[in-house]
Amino acid sequence: MTEKLVIIGNGMAPGRMLEHLFECAPDAYRVTIFNAEPRVNYDRILLSPVLSGEKSFEEIVIHGDGWYIDHDITLYKGHKIVEIDRAAKTVRSEHGEVASYDKLVIATGSAPFIIPVPGKDLAGVLTYRDLDDVEAMMLAAKSRGRAVVIGGGLLGLEAAAGLQAQGMDVTVIHLMPTLMERQLDPAAGYLLQRELESRGISVLTKASTRAIHGETRVQSVELEDGTVIPADLVVMAVGIRPNAQLAGEAGLEVNRGIVVDARMQTSDPDILALGECAEVGGATYGLVAPLYQMANVAARHLAGDIGPVFADQSTATRLKVTGVDLYSAGDFAEGEDREEIVLRDASAGVYKRLVLKENRIIGAVLYGEAADGPWFFDHIRNRTDISDMRETLIFGQAYQGGAPLDPTAAVAALPDDAEICGCNGVCKGKIVGAIGEKGLTSLDDVRAHTKASASCGTCSGLVEQLLSVTLGDAYNPQAVKPMCGCTDLGHGDVRRLIKAKELKSIPAVMQELEWKSSHGCAKCRPALNYYLVADWPQDYADDYQSRFINERVHANIQKDGTYSVVPRMWGGVTSATELRAIADVVDKFDIPTVKVTGGQRIDMLGVRKEDLPAVWADLGKAGFVSGHAYAKGLRTVKTCVGSEWCRFGTQDSTGLGIRIEKFMWGSWTPAKVKMAVSGCPRNCAEATCKDVGIICVDSGFEIHFAGAAGLDIKGTEVLGLVKTEDAALEHIVALVQMYREQGHYLERIYKWAKRVGIDEIREQILNDPERRKAWFDRFVFSQKFAQVDPWSERVSGKDKHEFNPLATLTLEAAE
Amino acid sequence: MNMAVQSFIEIGLLADIPRLGARCVRTPEGRIAVFRTADDEVYALEDRCPHRGGPLSQGIVHGSSVTCPLHNMVFSLKTGEAEGADEGQVRTYPVRIEGERLLLHVDALRALGA
Repeated sequence: MTEKLVIIGNGMAPGRMLEHLFECAPDAYRVTIFNAEPRVNYDRILLSPVLSGEKSFEEIVIHGDGWYIDHDITLYKGHKIVEIDRAAKTVRSEHGEVASYDKLVIATGSAPFIIPVPGKDLAGVLTYRDLDDVEAMMLAAKSRGRAVVIGGGLLGLEAAAGLQAQGMDVTVIHLMPTLMERQLDPAAGYLLQRELESRGISVLTKASTRAIHGETRVQSVELEDGTVIPADLVVMAVGIRPNAQLAGEAGLEVNRGIVVDARMQTSDPDILALGECAEVGGATYGLVAPLYQMANVAARHLAGDIGPVFADQSTATRLKVTGVDLYSAGDFAEGEDREEIVLRDASAGVYKRLVLKENRIIGAVLYGEAADGPWFFDHIRNRTDISDMRETLIFGQAYQGGAPLDPTAAVAALPDDAEICGCNGVCKGKIVGAIGEKGLTSLDDVRAHTKASASCGTCSGLVEQLLSVTLGDAYNPQAVKPMCGCTDLGHGDVRRLIKAKELKSIPAVMQELEWKSSHGCAKCRPALNYYLVADWPQDYADDYQSRFINERVHANIQKDGTYSVVPRMWGGVTSATELRAIADVVDKFDIPTVKVTGGQRIDMLGVRKEDLPAVWADLGKAGFVSGHAYAKGLRTVKTCVGSEWCRFGTQDSTGLGIRIEKFMWGSWTPAKVKMAVSGCPRNCAEATCKDVGIICVDSGFEIHFAGAAGLDIKGTEVLGLVKTEDAALEHIVALVQMYREQGHYLERIYKWAKRVGIDEIREQILNDPERRKAWFDRFVFSQKFAQVDPWSERVSGKDKHEFNPLATLTLEAAE
Repeated sequence: MNMAVQSFIEIGLLADIPRLGARCVRTPEGRIAVFRTADDEVYALEDRCPHRGGPLSQGIVHGSSVTCPLHNMVFSLKTGEAEGADEGQVRTYPVRIEGERLLLHVDALRALGA
């Protein structure tokens, strides 16, 4: 029987728990999740790369919306639970939503600790905990002002490095004498401080905050010794405290965190708790490895298996600051019964220290060269007796057992249960098994199937070595994804070589670039045809046999083999004459369905292929041309009624939309291009989810691009504001031309933009008038050859063979 | 001997079909797609993908294969068998080139109609 499972919290721990649960008991529960944050499950470990600008939020999502749908999970985003009624077995959200449960899992996580100093509530004082914090910091960083980070631990330093990468002037205030004292010994802490200072981050140790000053916004931070540091932004990263209040109010046993047994059960047998809010054996946890262990135990418990128990294990830490190589694991305090091995190389900035007890490693600190971290960590966890290799131990794995091993051999020598990915708890055996069973060939494959290296990514190198060990020569780490089986080259290389070698036909490309098949395949031929059309508009003869059927016959094939016909309706504006012509065509050709499209035009569905030229002929008489609804090319420019009619309209959005469409129709692009022009920020034409959009404002035209509202949903990026219609047109055309010349076939604008970088596009299109003009001129040149109505060409007899049968046989004729 | 010759019927000229393309022949038993490869080999297959009924004649021809326009299943023009990871079989018909003329073997059609 399916039971109701309610989860409070949607962080990494419950997310991982559900993955395990769906694996071992897929149908046991109907799951409902309440998430106080208004979003899906994402990887908090990777917030630092988001802050520094090295990753985007989309890249750190663990479970996209689709995952919840696939598993039939009801996810309430932005619903904070305010009450647990254990007698009625229900929970209630602040919006009044009530859900009943058979089993409840509390995963409320933790809250940042706010030091109780005057001024802590001023605007501009932030914590570092979730995406909202990161976004607030990135916004504040735009001022390029001064930031003070209170707390020189793991999180504080990552915040400091991120803010500095965003252009801020950063000071770190730390209460203790050395940085990261929980993970580093004083020597490594000192090296780290020196490294950060050499990058321009000020570090004040033994510094205690007395007050934060400011009128409404923060202006400075005052220390106990009287020092005043000017600040436009203060980030507190001094620690976390478990969120146990809700559980406490429900009468569950609460200490520092929510008290659970080793099977994650609270004092109520129907309620489990896990993650940072849970307290096991008197300890709470904040690093991902033990939290994932809790997730596994809780999932098995929910599935009815009470065998697995949580056991405290030492964990390893890595600082995710680009360019700082730092690793620590285990216990490295000094003690009478302990020995240590230290290696220092001052000129190389290397410091390594191993703490030994009874011939076993119990702690390791590596600074400047941390590749051996996992190897030492393995010995800590396995309690390996290191007597035999003690002399060379500090030099790492490469110096054990005679000749130095190359890194790949070292990985090959690891036992199957050696942990490769600490974030996700994936061991070597699981990765090697998945490579073999599922035929994985790339790092991305391994990430998708095993999650190894899918979080912080520091073990990517190890995973690649495992691929290399397992697959041998078949693994090529530098490999770009080839276009298709016919070539080893990727789309980018092919585009580059077409230009560089001036290849102007498909056979020339296949010959010069050493295609492995004689005539390509259905994947590469349409791509090559597009690249040649786009790069050599004057010289290249379009190869229709290399186009997908829709582009070959200028209509959209339907599931029953009939076609749909969509004439262009400029800017979505039509007239009585046009509508009458459509009505007549529908009657004359007995067209079964007429539908209004999402792009403001009319679709006639179910047209027989033989009828297409006649349908087009009649439409053409009324002035219609092809709407290219079938094309990887300019589709529609959706508009609102704008200043001509609307009382809010600021500009003539309809007129501008029509102007853009008339200028750009007929152009082929890597994938379809949909545009929109809205007459005011109310945005009735929905321009902010289009490939290219314009929002008219009083002062001009705000140009947007790289939106998506299909398989992915993404708001647009703002290119910039221009003052005139002419400027708007020039910018849009230049942007599309840049995309036409750089995009990979079937790559929409938002994916191209992500690949080449929003800033790069802005630089070339917005800030560099000469480049913009060059792009614009090349588009105009190419349009000379592209703006021919394909329908009227076919009405005049072009490609007649496409629309008529070769022969019609009756069996009598054969007798 | 005579019978064998008669069971081929002319359906058109080689030049009527574009290289790496196809044309249809309508018959009482359904459409037959006649394909022409880059090397001027000609093959005839039932114009119906066994997956969802897609018209194979509208697909992209490459080598001696065709990719269905609806969901990208690939079939061998020589055998009618699905290629790659997919499974499926399309009926094939013998076709002959005599000079410029294309001749389709119709016994198979008749057998189908009977």
